[in-house]
Amino acid sequence: MAILVQFAIGLIFGLGLILSGMSNPAKVLNFLDIGGIAAGTWDASLALVMAGAVAVTFVRFSRVLKLARPFFADRFYLPTRRDIDPRIIAGPAIFGVGWGLVGFCPGPALTALGFGSLSAVIFVIAMCAGMVLARFIAHLPSSTRFVTPADPLET
Amino acid sequence: MVTTSFTPIASLVGGAMIGLAAVLLMWATGRIAGVSGIAARLFPPFEDREFAGRLAFVAGLAAAPVLVRLVTGGLPEQTIAAGPAVLIVGGLLTGFGSVWGSGCTSGHGVCGLSRLSVRSLVATMTFMAAGMATVFVMRHWS
Repeated sequence: MAILVQFAIGLIFGLGLILSGMSNPAKVLNFLDIGGIAAGTWDASLALVMAGAVAVTFVRFSRVLKLARPFFADRFYLPTRRDIDPRIIAGPAIFGVGWGLVGFCPGPALTALGFGSLSAVIFVIAMCAGMVLARFIAHLPSSTRFVTPADPLET
Repeated sequence: MVTTSFTPIASLVGGAMIGLAAVLLMWATGRIAGVSGIAARLFPPFEDREFAGRLAFVAGLAAAPVLVRLVTGGLPEQTIAAGPAVLIVGGLLTGFGSVWGSGCTSGHGVCGLSRLSVRSLVATMTFMAAGMATVFVMRHWS
């Protein structure tokens, strides 16, 4: 049951990405193209995607978190870190370059697999390789000495 | 370059659906709907037993266009201008950077901002700036 619910939630997420236009890299790149503001080709739509998503989560998260526990889990797993370490700048800076090169961030890239394009498959394979590499490097002993926790996902 | 039209209503409603999915995931599993974190944890090292649920979520993402095609008989426009080499480099950077920075557009940009996380605000401003700078260089410096 929990598996089926998570499939349905992924489906809603994916439908939102398609309806909003985020699954179209051309639209994403036209949003990121601030040079297009003067040229009249700037597409501001994605600001509204962000606004719509944040508005819903901002209002509803706090109500969900007042529950004793999640429906299918024993507790809530919320990020607790507050420090601004080098990784919280370097990681997004690297990700942003990849985003600007192609127009895919991870969610839309996975949704694009269902469009049946070879380009999306190539991108997703490379993206997964990058993810595995980042976790591998983070787990190396030499880098764990300076940064805790070792796994950047554990925040 | 392919021009796209401003779609305020569809983008706002689509965004709200993304937000709804994030709220539902928190309600169901108690976890942040961060796509990079969910996808990265499909590969070793495995730290918990949530693999099947994560795979189901990712399958749901990929099934969305299939459902749209079944219901409407077609799919909205999707233009991927990048060639194979740029796709590979872009994919590697996107995957590496999103994990290195503990999140991507969904985890930091949606969930983190709505939880008023300063780390997520810093991350979001950084990947937006890096994305804008990259597009600027690609389109206007040649």
